[in-house]
Amino acid sequence: MRAKTIEHWRWPLGLMALSLVAMGFLGYQVGDAASATTLQGSGATFPAPLYQRWFAEYNKLHPDVEINYQPIGSGAGIKQFQQQLVDFGASDAAMTDEQMAAVKQGVVLIPMTAGGIVLSYNLPDLTAPLRLSREAYVNIFLGKITNWNDTAITRTNPGAKLPDEKITVVTRSDGSGTTFVFTSHLSAVSDAWKNGPGHGTSVNFPVGVAGKGNPGVTALVKQTPGAIGYVEYGYAKQTGMPMAVLENKAGKFVSATPATEKNALASVTLPANLRGWVTDPSGDDSYPIVTYTWMLFYRKYADPKVAQTLKAVVEYGLDQGQSFASDLGYIPLPESVIRKDKEALAQIS
Amino acid sequence: MSSENVELTAAGAASGNIAGAPRFVETLADRVFRQTTFAIAVLTVGLTVYLVYTIGHAAMPALETYKFRFLTGTTWDANRNEFGVLPAIVGTLYSSILGLIGGTLFGLAIAVFLSEHFLSAGLESVIGALGLEGRRFWAALPDGIENVLRTTIELLAAIPSVVYGLWGIFVVIPWVRPPADWLHNHLGWIPFFGTALSGPGLLPAAIVLAIMVLPTISAIARDALIAVPPKIREAAFGLGATRWEAILAVFIPTAATGIFGAIILGFGRALGETMALAMLAGNANVLSWSLFSPANTLAALLANHFPEAGTAEVGALMYAALVLLAITLIVNIIGTVILQRAGAQLKGLR
Repeated sequence: MRAKTIEHWRWPLGLMALSLVAMGFLGYQVGDAASATTLQGSGATFPAPLYQRWFAEYNKLHPDVEINYQPIGSGAGIKQFQQQLVDFGASDAAMTDEQMAAVKQGVVLIPMTAGGIVLSYNLPDLTAPLRLSREAYVNIFLGKITNWNDTAITRTNPGAKLPDEKITVVTRSDGSGTTFVFTSHLSAVSDAWKNGPGHGTSVNFPVGVAGKGNPGVTALVKQTPGAIGYVEYGYAKQTGMPMAVLENKAGKFVSATPATEKNALASVTLPANLRGWVTDPSGDDSYPIVTYTWMLFYRKYADPKVAQTLKAVVEYGLDQGQSFASDLGYIPLPESVIRKDKEALAQIS
Repeated sequence: MSSENVELTAAGAASGNIAGAPRFVETLADRVFRQTTFAIAVLTVGLTVYLVYTIGHAAMPALETYKFRFLTGTTWDANRNEFGVLPAIVGTLYSSILGLIGGTLFGLAIAVFLSEHFLSAGLESVIGALGLEGRRFWAALPDGIENVLRTTIELLAAIPSVVYGLWGIFVVIPWVRPPADWLHNHLGWIPFFGTALSGPGLLPAAIVLAIMVLPTISAIARDALIAVPPKIREAAFGLGATRWEAILAVFIPTAATGIFGAIILGFGRALGETMALAMLAGNANVLSWSLFSPANTLAALLANHFPEAGTAEVGALMYAALVLLAITLIVNIIGTVILQRAGAQLKGLR
């Protein structure tokens, strides 16, 4: 009987031995792969599709370089970057001086791409895109205009069938760079907004309901007749949402296209630290709500190999990478900005 | 055979020996096993304590800054460092209670239906009339169908919260909109219908919540009803009660503590529900009686604001987490105590 017990154990023991051998083998494999470079980044969700595309394409060209980018939000990205948990961060709101001071190796901010924010709406009877004056869209989000047949809206949409319907404002429930850019624009345009809700990654919106992320806002706008909400241009384009034509600083009504958004970017010269917001671009053909989005790098890396690889990847993003931008709904960077980016890149070591 | 002998034989049989004292290895294995389970159990309890401690610790600065004003404030404005969770507390309780009313109504009905074997009794009479009760398949069919029904309802508990949220947005909201609009337009003077439904709001959130707590309530209430001692059942029928009288006047009151415990546990689940509510409640800090008004809940507030929160806001969120923890803890303790008392009460009757 005792012999039988051992017999019972022979198989599992054999299996265990085998798996140990296998583990040893795998361990060897993993050890071998570690000689390749794996980089970690996290931050803004807005540019994530483009970044992930870049990193995937770069990995095809350089199989030894693997880059993980986790879109966890600008604020969280900045935090992880400050805590040295990642090799690079990403943020739609760049970083404040205070935040940068907390990083002892120093920070280099590099604008990598740009995008627009559009007002999407649910008015099925409308045949032409909705045209909104600055007064109209600010007051809609302030809760001062509450019905679609308000004269402030009908005046700029002659002949359009605007219903006698309550306006449902849809905002972002989670903190986000998108909200930061949108509220920065509203603050630049309206004193009532500036002194009221103000700007930030999440503000106290006076009216409306809120959805989580671009998908949440999109779903609510699509499901609610009479809704209007702000989403990223790329997202609205991909999901086929209607986008309002907005009045810009010059008083012209401009629709969101890669060309009008690029005009808006070109109207602003970035300062030496490359941190500049395009809160209210000038120019007749500039779409009013656009922004750069930044990658955050340390000025000094402990491992020179990491610094070299990062620089190579950024170069790739700035050169070949820009060609993916329009497809995914982002704005390719103006030449002048790419030149400045490359100068800034030299500071990283 | 003495009990000692029985134990010895059992231990011996396991190792392949009929007789003989447990070997050293066996007693050692036994002791190690016992101590490991003990250590893991203690660790789990310790983890809970540690969790409460860390949240409390992180909430301390906010607790000192905002004190009681945090609980009565109505704005959440990270820009101005002004934090108040009254709308979220009210929204959490309001949506949970509404969801609970719906969940209890349907859950209790299901529990009665299943525990009284209405379905199988009906099917059995049909099968009997057809003269099929002798066949094995047909005889087992009523119980089988009842089991399938019960399992299906319990499966509702396994659906992920996000799926409920999506279903709420794409199915429930369009579905409740016409009746909600009608109620608001015609009966708008009643505070419950005081605002128009703008899409997400308390009502869709409560409907989805009701479905989510339904399995908890129906399963526990069914157990409570089944546990009603047969003596009491027989006595009720013996006194000439009709079936309805027996159910409403005898069985449900007897199982009342158990059913109440089920409701409280359902309440606990509703309070902590996050994702579906974040998607359906509208996330607006509004205080309103209206069922159609958007609302906010503590759990949704936490889920929405954590990733991008600054230092001050994180403190405030931890405070909000502490409030939610306290509410859920109190509700769950009440539920557990009631369930225990229900068990103790019935012991004397068996």
